[in-house]
Amino acid sequence: MAKDNIDPGRRTAITAGTAIVGSIGAAVATWPFLSSMNPSASVLAAGAPVEVDVSKMELGQQIQEVWRRKPVWIIRRTPEMVSTLAGLTKKLRDPNSETESQQPAFAQNEFRSINEEFLVLIGICTHLGCSPEFKPTPGEVGATWQGGFYCACHGSRFDLAGRVFKNVPANKNLEVPPYHFITENRILIGLTEEEASA
Amino acid sequence: MSEQSTGLLGWINARFPLSKMMREHLSEYYAPKNFNFWYFFGSLALLVLVIQILSGIFLTMHYKPDAALAFASVEHIMRDVNWGWLIRYMHSTGASFFFIVVYLHMFRGLMYGSFKNPRELIWLFGMLIYVALMAEAFMGYLLPWGNMSYWGAQVIINLFNTIPFIGEAVSEWIRGDFVISDATLNRFFALHVIAVPLALLGLIIGHILALHEVGSNNPDGVEIKKTKGADGIPLDGIPFHPYYTVKDILGSVVFLAIFAFVIFFMPEMNGYFLEPANFDPANALNTPDHIAPIWYFTPFYTVLRAIPDPFLGFMMMAMAIVVLFLLPWIDRNPIKSIRYRSTLFKINLIIFVITFIILGYLGLKSVTDLYSQLALRFTEIYFLFFFMLWAYSKPRSSGFWIGSFIVLLAGLTAYDFLANSSEQPSLIWKTWVIPAAYLFITLLLPQFTNWDSEKQVPERVTS
Repeated sequence: MAKDNIDPGRRTAITAGTAIVGSIGAAVATWPFLSSMNPSASVLAAGAPVEVDVSKMELGQQIQEVWRRKPVWIIRRTPEMVSTLAGLTKKLRDPNSETESQQPAFAQNEFRSINEEFLVLIGICTHLGCSPEFKPTPGEVGATWQGGFYCACHGSRFDLAGRVFKNVPANKNLEVPPYHFITENRILIGLTEEEASA
Repeated sequence: MSEQSTGLLGWINARFPLSKMMREHLSEYYAPKNFNFWYFFGSLALLVLVIQILSGIFLTMHYKPDAALAFASVEHIMRDVNWGWLIRYMHSTGASFFFIVVYLHMFRGLMYGSFKNPRELIWLFGMLIYVALMAEAFMGYLLPWGNMSYWGAQVIINLFNTIPFIGEAVSEWIRGDFVISDATLNRFFALHVIAVPLALLGLIIGHILALHEVGSNNPDGVEIKKTKGADGIPLDGIPFHPYYTVKDILGSVVFLAIFAFVIFFMPEMNGYFLEPANFDPANALNTPDHIAPIWYFTPFYTVLRAIPDPFLGFMMMAMAIVVLFLLPWIDRNPIKSIRYRSTLFKINLIIFVITFIILGYLGLKSVTDLYSQLALRFTEIYFLFFFMLWAYSKPRSSGFWIGSFIVLLAGLTAYDFLANSSEQPSLIWKTWVIPAAYLFITLLLPQFTNWDSEKQVPERVTS
């Protein structure tokens, strides 16, 4: 080799070229690994609607179902429970359910439900995902408590329509899942009426 | 010194630097002669690491990382596997002891300024080890698939949801599902038994190599390499082997006696090492009444809960750890050891230790009005501690102290007016006294005392 003929510019170009092409290749090669950690096809496919018979529910009772492996609550509210909702507006963060992600359009009303008697909610706290407890008795969580849901993990509180109070860690109302009444006493959780008929 | 060149050792030395490495890292690695009690914890951390890796290997022979089988396989280990209970309790107790040892090791660094020039990289490696250890412990805690495992992981992974825009995608990517599920358990197993331990080993090698490059600090904070004898050996140094190997064997024996006592007589430690709710299988419908992380996470968990806004709370919790990384650039006082630092520094450090313990205690408790106010106050002190470390780095004018006092107190008070809303407003002002008193002691009292005077650092180590 004639060492006099070394061309430093050419060496730099080759080194830089190798480094750039190599880095791009390495970066692209991470994609299958990173992507493999996303929810798999079988996870995405799971989540069929769940049918619930509410004919045997007593007034004031809560039942729990599972939809997409999340707890879903159905509460049959008494007229007294429903009557507490109107007076709470000032204490709530989103009294009129204006955050669209938290309920289908049919539940954007004062009761957050199709039928004011039956409340259907996903039982996952909008703060960090604990499952709050149903505390229907007035005074159960502080003197001004009129009934609602209390999350023991971080102290978030919701009223009997799942609307979040001000000054608690959660900042969104509890989510209302898509659902509709198939008959007077049977609820299908997972599909709205339009989705079911489509 | 030349290496042995005959016999088996000679044969090896011609092919691998065995004797050379032994010399450089043990028999001719000179450590300061004045190490005290606080210098046990580095070698003890290494001992716990070995215990965790060994017991972990044997646990994986019987454990099943499957949501349907995991809980039962842990019970199988506890009841059916020969000595399974011992191996499992070694591993679960080892996790808590790892953090006890590491917290004491870090406190030693704070006391003697071991993170300062030229040891910044040792500190950074150490902090990375600490973070990797937290990830390791968090993922390990999911594996028994108890109800606390499940909901604890649910809460912590949902922290990522609070990141604007990409949060939900990130937490789904971590879980591999929309809720904690079999996919999550399976990947946490993989990360817990291979990915994080490999990273830990690499970081520990970096930590020790960096340490052996610059040499150990000591309780006097004197650089022993500055005073060398005619033979080039530090006058205040003694060979690590045999002197400190023998010392560390003593430490290990005492440590193992305590460790064995806990394994045999109180492995659950009243619910602090193994939480009662975790003896129920994971139940996606029923959150335990009271969710508390395991004790070594609770100080940071309290910081999270102290701030009502979810994303801000998450950021503050992250900052509480990030600020520790920055320590070498916050505390710039050239005096390393607490022995020669001001009374103020000592008071500040004592208050920090108390604050850390109180934050830890609050994180174990349910949220009440009083506790959430206290959480806020001690979170404030946690961060103010680092301001003081910076402020005490050099002599400052009276104007600086009084100005800082006014600005900081006004800042805290403004936060109370703008964002602090307690059900009982009187609590706000009652607990406001706590950070106010802290600021008074650390910023104003030195105006009337000689608490800010520092001592002369000796040339050589003192004992």
